[in-house]
Amino acid sequence: MIGSRRGEPRELDLTALLCLAPSVLYVVVLFVYPFLHGIYLSLRPVKQPGLSLANYVAFFSDEWQYGTIWITFTLAVPTTVIVVSTALFLAYGMRRGIRMERTITTILVLPVSLGVILLSIGIQGFYGSRGWFNQMLIGAGLLSEPLQLTNNHTGVMLSLFMQQFPFCFLMLLGYISGIDPTLEKSARTLGANSWIVFRRVMLPLMAPGIAIAVALVFVMSFAVFPSAILLGQPAGSTRTIAIAAYHQAFEHYDMSYASAIAVIMGLCQLAGLVLIVLVRQRMVMAPTMGVGKR
Amino acid sequence: MRGKLWSLALYLFVLGFILNLLGIVTHVTVSAFAKRWFGTPLPPSFTTDWFVYAWTNFDLGRVLGVTVIVALSVVVLALLLAYPAAYILARRNFRGKTLLLLLYFLPLVIPQMTYGISLATTLYGWPIGGTVVAVILANLVPMVPLAIFVLIPFFEQISLNLEWGAQTLGASRLQIFRRILLPLTVPGMLTAGVLILVNTVSNFELTFLVSGSGSQTLVVALFYNVFAGGVRPVYSVDAMALMYMATVLVILLVALHFVRPTQMVFRLDQPMR
Repeated sequence: MIGSRRGEPRELDLTALLCLAPSVLYVVVLFVYPFLHGIYLSLRPVKQPGLSLANYVAFFSDEWQYGTIWITFTLAVPTTVIVVSTALFLAYGMRRGIRMERTITTILVLPVSLGVILLSIGIQGFYGSRGWFNQMLIGAGLLSEPLQLTNNHTGVMLSLFMQQFPFCFLMLLGYISGIDPTLEKSARTLGANSWIVFRRVMLPLMAPGIAIAVALVFVMSFAVFPSAILLGQPAGSTRTIAIAAYHQAFEHYDMSYASAIAVIMGLCQLAGLVLIVLVRQRMVMAPTMGVGKR
Repeated sequence: MRGKLWSLALYLFVLGFILNLLGIVTHVTVSAFAKRWFGTPLPPSFTTDWFVYAWTNFDLGRVLGVTVIVALSVVVLALLLAYPAAYILARRNFRGKTLLLLLYFLPLVIPQMTYGISLATTLYGWPIGGTVVAVILANLVPMVPLAIFVLIPFFEQISLNLEWGAQTLGASRLQIFRRILLPLTVPGMLTAGVLILVNTVSNFELTFLVSGSGSQTLVVALFYNVFAGGVRPVYSVDAMALMYMATVLVILLVALHFVRPTQMVFRLDQPMR
């Protein structure tokens, strides 16, 4: 029963299959099947019999619908750039450890456990036109009129930043800490300054990690839903593609059309991923990974 | 000099992030206790009436009950489904393993809004649509893989010698499981359980898409009350938000008190070396 962990791949015996079966079955029945069923359903419009692309044609011939793709990109792309560059800045600065690292890491991660709804409510209050943030700026004499930070793109991006930043930061910190520090030291010994070390030594080594971070943050941001409703204008400038899909499903009860929009959303995320992989392949690859800080 | 500036900028950013987080949380807290509050630094007078209002008007007793049932069921079922799979994945090397790991990985990296609508459609096609059972089943989709990925390293930490030794001494498979694997993986199960608990309580998208009027969890009910905006006094919504936050923080505190994941495994494994 007890096999060796390393070694040649082997066939599984009955016990092992029985151990794997429940969870595999679960994921297949409640994840793979619905996913495929959704694709099939999207090809069977309510109004027409048989298989057709009518839903997709309807989506791409209605500006109110296909416009959501552009809206979602204008939210997801800037968020991804801001989140990854800030996280990279912070993680790079902390790569050799800093004082109070554990406390700082804990605080940075806290927003994740609070959840998106609470964050959105808090942001609406704190950054709203009557909130403390604007009061402080006006009180300090920096502003005469309150800044409009919620119920628009900025509000949604604030919330996305709070959700995406912590896990992007942790991922990059883990990745950068794993890079062999002797490489950096050697570069310094050979006379490289901080900028050269970053640009010529560290950046190529960090590239795979950065690419994964960009991909994950982009895909997650592209599915933005509750904060686009609570902190944006869900019927206007922040009507994202997820909101469009939700409307079709639960207000028009057209599951077929809704599935088509969900498929389009998935394809957009896939397109983003492919783009990231292509850009990454054009960058210099450096395979040297060492033990690094533990 | 440049290094100093760099770390100054770093600490300033962290300070800004903390202040921003504190502001967000405190604003909700103060607003929940405010009688009314318009554009002043602090509300002129305080009250606890909004908590009573929120509790009775938002049917919070029932909502909390649903949340507890859903969260606990998801924890137990996810661990039951994930435990044996994690054991095999940690111990065996077999053909198609990478593919299997990818299958478990997908529900974690594909956004819930992307697969949630098709999942909701499927669940509504079954007689359980919109019930608490549907909410539990939906939440298990990302949580079973999460439990598997959390448990795998805990199994890997247990020395194979322990199992071989027990087998040599004539222990049956059941005995090995009951007397060796189960006690040694308690920390792993606690860690996974806590992660699942926090995730299920604060998970919005999937629960929102599959729940009906009687099966909303706290966070979904909170969303509906914010969304109904204007109808509800903002202070009562903040009171509810505060109760939600308190629930999450209590779970986190209890969790951190009980779970010291690495310690126990390490201590028990030491005599082996």
